[in-house]
Amino acid sequence: MLEGRDLACWRGERAVFAGLSFTLPPGGALLLVGANGAGKSSLLRLLAGLVPLAEGELLWQGQDALADRVAHAARLRYLSHQDALKPSLSARENLSFFARLWGGDTEAALDSVGLSDLAELPARVLSSGQKRRLALARLALAPAPLWLLDEPTVGLDAASVDRLGVLLAKHRAAGGAVMAATHLPLPLPGAQELRL
Amino acid sequence: MKGFTAVLGREVRLALRHPGDALAAVLFFILVCALFPFGIGPEPQTLARIAPGALLAAALLAALLPLDRLFGAEAEDGSLDQLLLSGLPPALLATAKAAGHWVVTGLPLLAATPVAAAMLNLPVEAWGAAMAALGLATAILSLFGTAGAALTLGARRGGVLLPLLVLPLSIPAVIFGAAAIEAAAGGMEARPYLLLLGALLALAAPLAPLAAGAALRGD
Repeated sequence: MLEGRDLACWRGERAVFAGLSFTLPPGGALLLVGANGAGKSSLLRLLAGLVPLAEGELLWQGQDALADRVAHAARLRYLSHQDALKPSLSARENLSFFARLWGGDTEAALDSVGLSDLAELPARVLSSGQKRRLALARLALAPAPLWLLDEPTVGLDAASVDRLGVLLAKHRAAGGAVMAATHLPLPLPGAQELRL
Repeated sequence: MKGFTAVLGREVRLALRHPGDALAAVLFFILVCALFPFGIGPEPQTLARIAPGALLAAALLAALLPLDRLFGAEAEDGSLDQLLLSGLPPALLATAKAAGHWVVTGLPLLAATPVAAAMLNLPVEAWGAAMAALGLATAILSLFGTAGAALTLGARRGGVLLPLLVLPLSIPAVIFGAAAIEAAAGGMEARPYLLLLGALLALAAPLAPLAAGAALRGD
């Protein structure tokens, strides 16, 4: 589904990684592992089309993935380090903005991360784990074939990691692919490792 | 279109949660207009003579104030990445942000125009033309300002760079806007000047968002 060939990432004069190739089949999962600064987040931003590709090719079902970046954006969900929440908006308002863009049911998505009871609270009063769960709720809104997750479980309690496991399993069962950078064990059975 | 209204609605909602930002721009506008009588002296004829230019310049400076946070705040909390990946073409996203800036900053300035016009002794007959000219000029500034904000995003001292980029581009808006108010104050037709402002707006509306979109995507 997604294939990278000889990808490289430069930071100034220094190569963060080079000659990186991988294939991600439908329903597949790829775990990015590596030390701090190995380029895990940079690779995810590259795959999302947020930074230009310096070297190599990125293919989506055999075609150049980044030829039409708007279309590429529409088939992926990207979860960054930052939760991308507006502190003054309530949890529900934060999520319903994305529901207006992508479609999907805000209430069901809030329920899937266990935040239904806190939906009215402004995001600034949520704890960091609750903010992370609200960011994860975006994944549950509307299906997209590719999930790019950067440290998805940082700050999450065990019950929330289990809930994320349910979301991931549902996504993969529907033929979706996951690429996740992490230092923590993730509920991704059968995932392959890509060491940077 | 759905994405455009979603982004615009979000801008307005965020502004309503922080009414202080729009209020600060309005107060800045009124205070700058209030400085002129102190500096030039309270003679009514002199004030009325400079009123058109002073109104335009003060309004554009006030509208500049919130611009450096237009994309800066979004970039800091990670929202900009999500907006760029929202499936909206970057130029349309920039248009929505520019429209949001105008609704949130330009419209309150329009509401405060009669107060500022009265302080500058602008004849009441010209107030209508002043509102129209300021409405169009602030819309032009919102568009160029969005492009400037996108270009200076991440630059060191972007807040200083932004006015240096945007203000020269708004000189034509000041010329035609002041001419429209002056014509109305002198009992003449303001329409031709307002039409020229409209033409400037029609030029900026497609071009500035394209530039902003390209800058946001980093190509």
